[in-house]
Amino acid sequence: MERIPILRMGKLLLVTIQVDMHDRLAMTLQEDLTERIVKERATGVLIDISALDIVDSFIGRMISNTAAMAKILDAKTVVVGMQPAVAITLVELGLTLEGVITALNVERGISLLGHNA
Amino acid sequence: MTHAPGAQIVEIIKNNQKDLVGDLLATMKKKVIRLDKSAENEIIIQATQLLGFLEIAIPQGQLSDLETRAWDDTRQLLSDFSQTRAKEGFSPIETATFIFSFKEPLFTLLRTSLSNNPQLLAEEIAVTSLLFDELGLLTISSYQKAREQIILRQQQELLELSTPVVQLWQNILALPLIGTLDSARTQVVMENLLQKIVETGALIAIIDITGVPTVDTLVAQHLLKTIAAARLMGADCIISGIRPQIAQTIVHLGVNLEDVITKATLADAFVVALKTTGSSVTNS
Repeated sequence: MERIPILRMGKLLLVTIQVDMHDRLAMTLQEDLTERIVKERATGVLIDISALDIVDSFIGRMISNTAAMAKILDAKTVVVGMQPAVAITLVELGLTLEGVITALNVERGISLLGHNA
Repeated sequence: MTHAPGAQIVEIIKNNQKDLVGDLLATMKKKVIRLDKSAENEIIIQATQLLGFLEIAIPQGQLSDLETRAWDDTRQLLSDFSQTRAKEGFSPIETATFIFSFKEPLFTLLRTSLSNNPQLLAEEIAVTSLLFDELGLLTISSYQKAREQIILRQQQELLELSTPVVQLWQNILALPLIGTLDSARTQVVMENLLQKIVETGALIAIIDITGVPTVDTLVAQHLLKTIAAARLMGADCIISGIRPQIAQTIVHLGVNLEDVITKATLADAFVVALKTTGSSVTNS
């Protein structure tokens, strides 16, 4: 079955989304991620969406839901690498990902989490 | 006697080309004020060309339908002519006069050559009149098109000119906005800003609205959208250059700028940005 890999970097988990998301995949990712956060006792999650050229309202909501789940498990989530076109689309859709921290790239995201972890 | 409509005209054009061009020039001089030597020469060349095309096109083409192949050359010539005219700033009347000025001399010539056949004369005049009306309309429409292109291009240039994104310091961008923010401009501003954020890896963008004359709910909405988009890219925004009246309007309109850092001047915003990014400037 198709899965999105979750990489561990110390106390952080890195999720790189490179394929088109659909319901099943999103559900699997949320399950996997929450399990891994608990298992690895991670304090931070980086969701890298730099490979996504198109983001619809579904993925937008999926991202904020995932962030909210991680938050409940006491792991800070940073969404990194959003493309300019994607940012504009999300804003036009009214999805400003309130409550989600964002950063330009993975490096920035790590330093953000590093300060707060 | 069988007779093709327009045959007489072709004959007349063929035999009197020089005179026709001369008459045309005289009429145009009467109506158009600006006409120097080079413009005169240009008109002579174009008129001669046009007459040449007409000579070929009238016998083989449908006189009522200028969209047919036979009129390709004529159409091309007229559209080029009107476009140059539009670019040089001639008025539409001045442009169309070029075509309509042909009518008078042509009618005079027709009258003299067909004075013994009033029936044919009336027919020819009707046909010619219709033809030149069509040509005139064509000129006006190409003129209009050229004008619209100019306006469109200027709009685009204005759009790009008025939305520069400058790097003030490491990790700090400034976006001085000048003029009213409408949807189209917001789009350009947003794209430019986000692109620049990617290029420079900026952490903070200062949006300076000193040059924005009024801020209504729509403009505020556009500002907030831009800020939200920048935030999604991981950059924070500061709004600066808020004039007292604008501060009052914003509050009266009930626009919520609570979540945005606002400063009165660009200098204040810059200080905040420096502090946030961990840089500092000192007097030496």
